[in-house]
Amino acid sequence: MNYRILYFASLRDAAGRDAESVASDTHDARELYAQRQREHGFVLAADRLRVAVNGEFAAWNRPLADGDEIAFLPPVSGG
Amino acid sequence: MMRFELSDACIDASALSRALADAGAGACVTFEGWVRNKNAGRAVHRLDYQAYGALAAKEGEAILAEARDKFPIIDARCVHRVGSLAIGELAVWVGISAAHRDAAFAATRFVIDEVKKRVPIWKNEHYADGESGWLHPDNTPVAT
Repeated sequence: MNYRILYFASLRDAAGRDAESVASDTHDARELYAQRQREHGFVLAADRLRVAVNGEFAAWNRPLADGDEIAFLPPVSGG
Repeated sequence: MMRFELSDACIDASALSRALADAGAGACVTFEGWVRNKNAGRAVHRLDYQAYGALAAKEGEAILAEARDKFPIIDARCVHRVGSLAIGELAVWVGISAAHRDAAFAATRFVIDEVKKRVPIWKNEHYADGESGWLHPDNTPVAT
């Protein structure tokens, strides 16, 4: 599967990019995050994040499909 | 109509308040969040706000719709800045019009609290000592 992944805040700084396209064998968002974490050395555990798929908040157990755009969202701090 | 907006330019609070005008409104409550020069005892120079624009807009609209369902109000609007802000700048504006003040106050409080909790916007504080850091909702630093 090919995924587009968006990064924000501390994850964007750690990855050194705001987005990337990756090929992965997993349909599982938690596993996909673990793969990107190994690649970029993210400090934040998945438990601290929310996930969004194609511009909507999603459950971590929602199966991913080829071509999905996935965002791993650190705890927010607007206002 | 979009009631929640992200803006990369200065927020014109008086223009936003005027846009809430309604013949049935007896109350208008607004909240302004300003950039403060200190957080957790550290001197702050400026802030950067980053947002996931598409999702922030959706979540912001959802919060304003919830406010209209929950409270007897006439209108609810919110604008949040993105980009680099100096001390004293207006970072977030919430405005509520209602027939009566109780609902307007309560809805204003609800909207700003939910925006801070749920909308995908992140604050990066730049400190006077040259360091910077992304913050959590309770204004504690994200561990790095």
